Amino acid sequence: MADALSGASGRLRLSVGAGGAILLALPWILVALDEPFFIGVCVRFLAYGLAAAALDLILGYGGLVSFGQAAFFGIGAYTAGVMIHHATDGSVLLAWPIAIGGSTHALLVLPLAALVAAALAAGIGVISLRTGGVYFIMITLAFAQMVYFIVLSFPQYGGTDGLMLMARNAAPGLDLADETTLYYVSLVALAAFLWFGRRLARSRFGMVLRGARENERRMRALGFAIVRYRLAAFVISGAVTGLAGALLANQSGFVSPDLLSWQRSGEIMVMVVLGGMGTLFGPVLGAVALLLLEEVLQGWTEHWMLILGPLLLGVVLFTRGGLWGALSGERAGDG
Amino acid sequence: MLELHEIETFYGDSQALFGVSIAVAAGEAVALLGRNGMGKTTTVRSIIGVRAPRRGTVRIAGQDVTGWPSHRIARLGVGLVPEGREIFPTLTVRENLLVTARTRGAGAWTLDRVFDLFPRLSQRAGQFGNRLSGGEQQMLAIGRALMINPDLLVLDEATEGLAPLVRAEIWAVLAQLKAERLAILVIDKDVHALAQLVDRHYVIEKGRIVWSGQSDALLADIELLHTRLGV
Repeated sequence: MADALSGASGRLRLSVGAGGAILLALPWILVALDEPFFIGVCVRFLAYGLAAAALDLILGYGGLVSFGQAAFFGIGAYTAGVMIHHATDGSVLLAWPIAIGGSTHALLVLPLAALVAAALAAGIGVISLRTGGVYFIMITLAFAQMVYFIVLSFPQYGGTDGLMLMARNAAPGLDLADETTLYYVSLVALAAFLWFGRRLARSRFGMVLRGARENERRMRALGFAIVRYRLAAFVISGAVTGLAGALLANQSGFVSPDLLSWQRSGEIMVMVVLGGMGTLFGPVLGAVALLLLEEVLQGWTEHWMLILGPLLLGVVLFTRGGLWGALSGERAGDG
Repeated sequence: MLELHEIETFYGDSQALFGVSIAVAAGEAVALLGRNGMGKTTTVRSIIGVRAPRRGTVRIAGQDVTGWPSHRIARLGVGLVPEGREIFPTLTVRENLLVTARTRGAGAWTLDRVFDLFPRLSQRAGQFGNRLSGGEQQMLAIGRALMINPDLLVLDEATEGLAPLVRAEIWAVLAQLKAERLAILVIDKDVHALAQLVDRHYVIEKGRIVWSGQSDALLADIELLHTRLGV
């Protein structure tokens, strides 16, 4: 992570270091407190944090307001779910031209989830990135809704009821049925993406993305085919969001079309804005804060959204750079 | 290096350029003069592919690039210093320069060479673009265009709004670039400074080239200076 923080302030390094140390020690702390149940809750935080950071790559650095992230999140979750479903009930996923069954192998299913989401992102991105502004928002939303209804139309995978998963992914020495193992796998995936994403943002690729966010025409006149750069970022974001969805499917043991809904896309976007755009770390904090708030407020009142709404508004209005900006001093554009 | 032949450029139904022809040879410095709204920036836009001409041809380095997208034209070695500088505000000075860095043979422009040309930029390498003064932003815009390693440098309003000392610095740098045989097309209102720098001038009025010639002839034509350029 040190390379990704080169030139960072002491406060930023401290925030990242403290956050990393807490996340590393969290399962032990929860076991010591006799609250192992919360390890699963934390996996949820990490999965959503990964999805939010992936959105931040295109939203915070690229200025692309994608309202279709739930499509990648859900398709990643369903890829894992469908593979596990066929593996556990012994049925075939594809009968023709060659018979393909399901699998629970983590090293096959998790990359496959990322790959399927990447392919979907490539298809959506090729068309939607030819537009801009509000048209881009609407077209990504429209594609996500299409995927939502396509998934609904498969009764063998539960339709509106969703699909219960009878197993989790596993690999030799890596059984994700163990909550702590799943937690650390999720943490490694998140840390790897944060490291990679920060490096990417500082590379020429990232400079082109950030520059095009400020002035697309100028960047083109300097010799860059902007759509290609944005498409690459969109595909990376989609792949990572798909992986996040697969991790969440493992944690919850259940996938449903709700994961693909436009509300889910909005929720991921709120996490990014709440945490602080263009930092990658911020959206992870935003995901943790939002999910924690939801958990706590739901315990207090059934009208929890009435409290959550003004709280979110307050953070957006009164903290420059979101929660992460307030904590670490880092804001979008700080590189 | 650059040849515009009878280009006619439109904004919707409104015609902005009427058969403009301009040539800049390799290693030559040429000025495009004219009052505001006469078609200077539209000419630049037509060259770099932002506003493709409907008729006529744009040739760069011998290739007909009419209708090409701007990123392909830039890759042919056209560096633009745009009106208003348009540096990237949330990229640092170093990033503004490195993002365009492109090696094109020996004697290439590098970060160190640009910092040697503009020492003030090296002192502010880690600062964001929006923290620079107008003069520093102009230096950065020139440095960014040089990092493409251009064969042709196009400057739209090279010294507009700058303090006299900074303007003098910019003119000195352009003279140095010309001495290094870089082809330059420059737009500016400082006719006397341009006369020191360039080999030939074009005067544009209402989208048409109405005069072309050398510096001595331009400065000697008091009526031209007064009526067409407001000097």
